[in-house]
Amino acid sequence: MEERKIIIPGETIVHGDEFLPGDGARREGQDIVACKYGLSDVNDKLVRVIPLSGVYVPRRGNVIIGTVVGVTFKGWLIDFGSHINGFLNVTEVPRYIGRGELRDHFDFGDVVCAKVFGTDGGNVDLSVKLRGFGRIQGGQLIKVNPNKVPRVIGKEGSMVSLIKAATNCDITVGQNGVIWVVGDKIEDELNARKITEFICENSFLSGLTEKVEEYIKNDLKLEIKQTKFENAEVASENPQEEQIGEQQ
Amino acid sequence: MTKVESLYKKRSDGRKFDELRPITAQVGVVPSADGSAMYQSGKTRAVAVVRGPRLLHPKHMENPQRGILRVTYQMMSFSVWDRIKPGNSRRGQEISKVSEWALNEVVNLDAFPNSVVDVIIQIPQADAGTRVAGLNAAAMALAQAGVPMSEMVCAVAVGKMDRTLVVDVDKEEEDFHEGEGPTDVPICMTSRSNKIALLQLDGKISVPELRELVKMAREGCKKINEIQIKALREPGKEIKG
Repeated sequence: MEERKIIIPGETIVHGDEFLPGDGARREGQDIVACKYGLSDVNDKLVRVIPLSGVYVPRRGNVIIGTVVGVTFKGWLIDFGSHINGFLNVTEVPRYIGRGELRDHFDFGDVVCAKVFGTDGGNVDLSVKLRGFGRIQGGQLIKVNPNKVPRVIGKEGSMVSLIKAATNCDITVGQNGVIWVVGDKIEDELNARKITEFICENSFLSGLTEKVEEYIKNDLKLEIKQTKFENAEVASENPQEEQIGEQQ
Repeated sequence: MTKVESLYKKRSDGRKFDELRPITAQVGVVPSADGSAMYQSGKTRAVAVVRGPRLLHPKHMENPQRGILRVTYQMMSFSVWDRIKPGNSRRGQEISKVSEWALNEVVNLDAFPNSVVDVIIQIPQADAGTRVAGLNAAAMALAQAGVPMSEMVCAVAVGKMDRTLVVDVDKEEEDFHEGEGPTDVPICMTSRSNKIALLQLDGKISVPELRELVKMAREGCKKINEIQIKALREPGKEIKG
């Protein structure tokens, strides 16, 4: 694999008939040309641009954390920092809600963790039917660049497990770049925040997991407990792992 | 036809006729924005900020097929020697609109229906060629914001002083009123396909001369694009060229 470098829109990434344009790239004659600013990634014959910036684009199966910004007769409008608001229908809530009772369930300003189950026709449909979804209370929200979320999760959730083991916090990562951290003590949550910020700042380093481990041990003076979090947050982690499969 | 010698023999700052003013460019000058860039050419400085794609208000402007671009160009009140009344002006509206059309040539917002990408261009210091400086900055800011673009745009103001064709006109040259007087031609070109995205003309000029000017602008745009690329490769660093 070639070394990754910053690519500017309109720049030729590779030349040759054998390459295939992936995300953020197009074919022009024999050249594969970038349509986006980001890092070039030539994997075998597939050429794509890994974006460094840009808004979060919701995809089916993503977990998002957003705020209720509107209540209609049929559901709630959720703002999750994208170019469009998501819609959470009353029927996607795991209990019966009568007419006029919507504000008793989720009110304006409530923070909700939801799953994207459809993105057709320009609408983003959300659901909170599965376990682990719904209104968020307590803990802290950390906002990061949505393009760095795959780094925060790590390969098959390894980075999240590392943060969990080091800080003893419960962590839910929203694909839209909002991370929810709940710990027993506020110090634990602050440590989790520091580690997350460290990951985002150093997301280009190779061997990031080792660097983060060093940072946790040397700078924060925390110990990493070898606990398995296999059962925790199953509902919210599975879709993230799917996403990693795509990103890696 | 006998060849008449031009009254404009030498440029006031000693540049060659096809030479650009010294350029400074920097990407990421406004950290809170999605994308931002500064472009300075001689004494003209432009700062562009990009926010979005985001929800569009007023709602009646929404396009359900693709996102729209909304460019706002403004000169700061202290950008010129006397003072410019801040806020919306007829000239500002015109430049916003033509910049929007030029940028629309390369920006592709099909993936963001009903949304808007706001591009705000501010001119802290003006010495002619503000719209082209604004376009150069806006192109870098849009790229940094991660907006899908087929290629970059770069712009330069070429002109004719009496009978002399020059590249990158400054204010003193724009006010050269001897002989045939000044002609100012801001040209914006796309970086890869070399299409003309904007061409305005203020003054009078013959067709062969205009052809020659477009050729000169093409060379100038190539140099500007190199600086844009350098600045985008190293965000936060001031690139001089």
